[in-house]
Amino acid sequence: MSADLRLEIQQIVVSFGSDKTRMMDILIAVQHRYGEVSSRAIELIAAALHAHKVEIEETASFYAFFDRMPRGRNRIRLSKTPVSFMKGAQAVAQAFETALGVGFGETTADGLFTLQWTSDIGLADQEPSALVNGVALSELTPADVPAILAALRTPAPSDALPAYPPGRAEAAALPKSSIRSSLVKAGPLLSNPPSGPAGLLAALALTPDAVIEQITLSKLRGRGGAGFPTGMKWRLTRKSKGSEHYIACNADEGEPGTFKDRLLLTDFPDLVFDGMTIAGYALGGREGLLYLRGEYAYLWDSLQGALSERRRKGLLGPSIGGKSGFDFDIRIQLGAGAYICGEESSLLESLEGKRGSPRDRPPFPTERGYLGQPTAIDNVETLVCAARVLEKGAAWFTSLGTTSSSGTKLMCVSGDCARPGVYETPFGATINELLDEVGATDAQYVQFSGPSGQAVAPKDFGRRIAYEDLATGGSTMIFGPQRDVLATALQFTEFFVDESCGWCAPCRIGTTLLKQAMEKVVAGKATLSDIASTEALADTVVRMSRCGLGQSAPNPILTTMKSFPELYEARLSKAAFEPVLALETALREAMEVQGRASVVEAV
Amino acid sequence: MAPQTFSITVDGIEIAATAGQSVLEAADSAGVYIPRLCRHPDLQPSGTCRICTCTINGRRSAACVTPAAQGMVVENNTPGLTADRRAVIEMLFVEGNHPCPYCVASGDCELQALGYRLGMVAPQQPYQWPGQPIDATHPDIYLDRDRCILCARCIEASRMEDGKSVFGFIGRGIAMQLNVDAEGGLGETQMAAIDKAARVCPVACIVIKREGYEIPNGARRYDTAEIGAEIEARFKGRTP
Repeated sequence: MSADLRLEIQQIVVSFGSDKTRMMDILIAVQHRYGEVSSRAIELIAAALHAHKVEIEETASFYAFFDRMPRGRNRIRLSKTPVSFMKGAQAVAQAFETALGVGFGETTADGLFTLQWTSDIGLADQEPSALVNGVALSELTPADVPAILAALRTPAPSDALPAYPPGRAEAAALPKSSIRSSLVKAGPLLSNPPSGPAGLLAALALTPDAVIEQITLSKLRGRGGAGFPTGMKWRLTRKSKGSEHYIACNADEGEPGTFKDRLLLTDFPDLVFDGMTIAGYALGGREGLLYLRGEYAYLWDSLQGALSERRRKGLLGPSIGGKSGFDFDIRIQLGAGAYICGEESSLLESLEGKRGSPRDRPPFPTERGYLGQPTAIDNVETLVCAARVLEKGAAWFTSLGTTSSSGTKLMCVSGDCARPGVYETPFGATINELLDEVGATDAQYVQFSGPSGQAVAPKDFGRRIAYEDLATGGSTMIFGPQRDVLATALQFTEFFVDESCGWCAPCRIGTTLLKQAMEKVVAGKATLSDIASTEALADTVVRMSRCGLGQSAPNPILTTMKSFPELYEARLSKAAFEPVLALETALREAMEVQGRASVVEAV
Repeated sequence: MAPQTFSITVDGIEIAATAGQSVLEAADSAGVYIPRLCRHPDLQPSGTCRICTCTINGRRSAACVTPAAQGMVVENNTPGLTADRRAVIEMLFVEGNHPCPYCVASGDCELQALGYRLGMVAPQQPYQWPGQPIDATHPDIYLDRDRCILCARCIEASRMEDGKSVFGFIGRGIAMQLNVDAEGGLGETQMAAIDKAARVCPVACIVIKREGYEIPNGARRYDTAEIGAEIEARFKGRTP
């Protein structure tokens, strides 16, 4: 052990105020300085924080982007989703494997490259996509692979690992790193954005209670999909007693097929920050936290730039907009690869430097959230809506959409269609209308609101996008007639296996059992009774799981069973019973060991 | 000032509850048994097993972490809930390796006892065969992680009762395991056999060496009475 390591880690810990709740930042710094979070590093972090190794290890072992052993200097993470596969991710993967001579999950002998699959990285409209040392590359083809590897082989000026979060220079060095804007159709929300902080200034002219009243009158509901009334959330948070009140912006956009928050943070960051500042004012908060998923680390520089600019203009910091007594600033917390952290109580745990396991409620975050203080957690899109409601008035907002769903929804469209991207769609539109708009003429089905949502068959394409009919976080993946519905359901089920936090038994074990059951179905080995027991298992996982992840993890199976029973039927095994354990295969090894292979032949 | 009291109903039986009690605690006081596994009366509830899930005011919630509130309507002993609880117990059986007939905890095991109480016959789900190594590095205690159900009792007990933080979780999802606070195993931690953490394991993951068969099979807790019987013995009311 070098004395240097001890000193360096101590410095990292001190740079985050020797604060255990900044564990994510500490671990991210260690990961990217040394390329791993080694056991020795964990011991040193524990020592510097007067904590136990086992506590640090709880967090370090939870997130996909922390490595417990050294990996390649360059990390290539290819997005593994049904949409990336339909757009050719497997061919790109093969090109990488051939060029490097290693498979996925492996590291080259020279220690230069590690290949990995990763869950959806928020580029479903531009698949196949990858994160290379944190830089997003999109619309990859096998032909791009040599240039990418050549760029990564160009000797670095120092021995230091690639910078993280990656900056513009790192991105510029890589081909295919210019991500085009996902915005295909702007509606009232995203058209003619104000040139200045119009919504914020309008809010500051009102009392905090009057701001909440405006939001309540607008009937704005949470855009993550659950649809909780935003005005009520803000009022509850403001009313709760606490030494601090926080606004947290949930930018952990992990639902496969969703990429609207990436669009908002890239093209409209000031509207997001206006919304957060308005919320801070309304709640009586002094600090806002933007939880940015680790997959979006490449947005770090531009977001920090936008924050600095706002500080310079007096839109963050003391006495905002000249309003004495309103001091407010925003901190960005980077995540490290965990879908579950989009669940609001998991997000709080992660913000506090812990494993992203959800909390039991009550108490709700509005009473006891970040650091035990009242916290409102809002989706990125919700905060953008809030900023525009204050700018243009509640009546403008309620004039859009339906009675129960005011405003518009940013729909993220991907898969088998001519024009994927973000479509700002008024609530009340039908799926058919959206499909026409995006150029999807022969959809076999639509995976609506992501894998945690539902598989919607053509007979239901007349249903409406609205909280009162089909509520959605925005993910809309279109599957054409050539796609295998059941294999896709299996792939979505695998996603939940990867992303289950493990805390509660029904989700931890149930997701794996569902995956195994679905493998049997896809392989044509499931009998009628297997289908019945799979459905029963899925229902148990829905009813017994602790949080929304487990409660919706069986949806890919349950909703395809409902929408496409004939596909399950067609794949049934003809046998009345297919054993899980193939006796002959199981016995073969033992018989060979005993030299009784002939017995097997005889059987 | 006496704490506020009010009543809730569990399966139609009206019971008294006190502000600050969970639904499960209120039911326990009244002698109404709600099956539970991870909950230990001396420790903060972790809510990991979800066995005590009831339908509370029409919604599924774990009784151990749901505060009792005036007029709450709780469904507990219904065929649907029993089936779901049995299914989760079954999941725990196939996740680990639980050979009851020759396990040191047989008859004293809360997982096994719940299997009996909830009517589990044999697991219908495929076994996962974890195959984790046994940690016998400690002179007085061994850890058999294949029998761990990740209830978090020992973690909580070690941190809150023993002040030691010997245990924690490592990994996530199906790969999550019980971890100890030393690279070299339990023997290198501050763990002692008299610790609370050594005495709260509901199964036979944390086993005290040389004590296993002091009470013979057949004379153990759940050999003589069903799990929950001690709670139900307190019941004074009438079933409707």
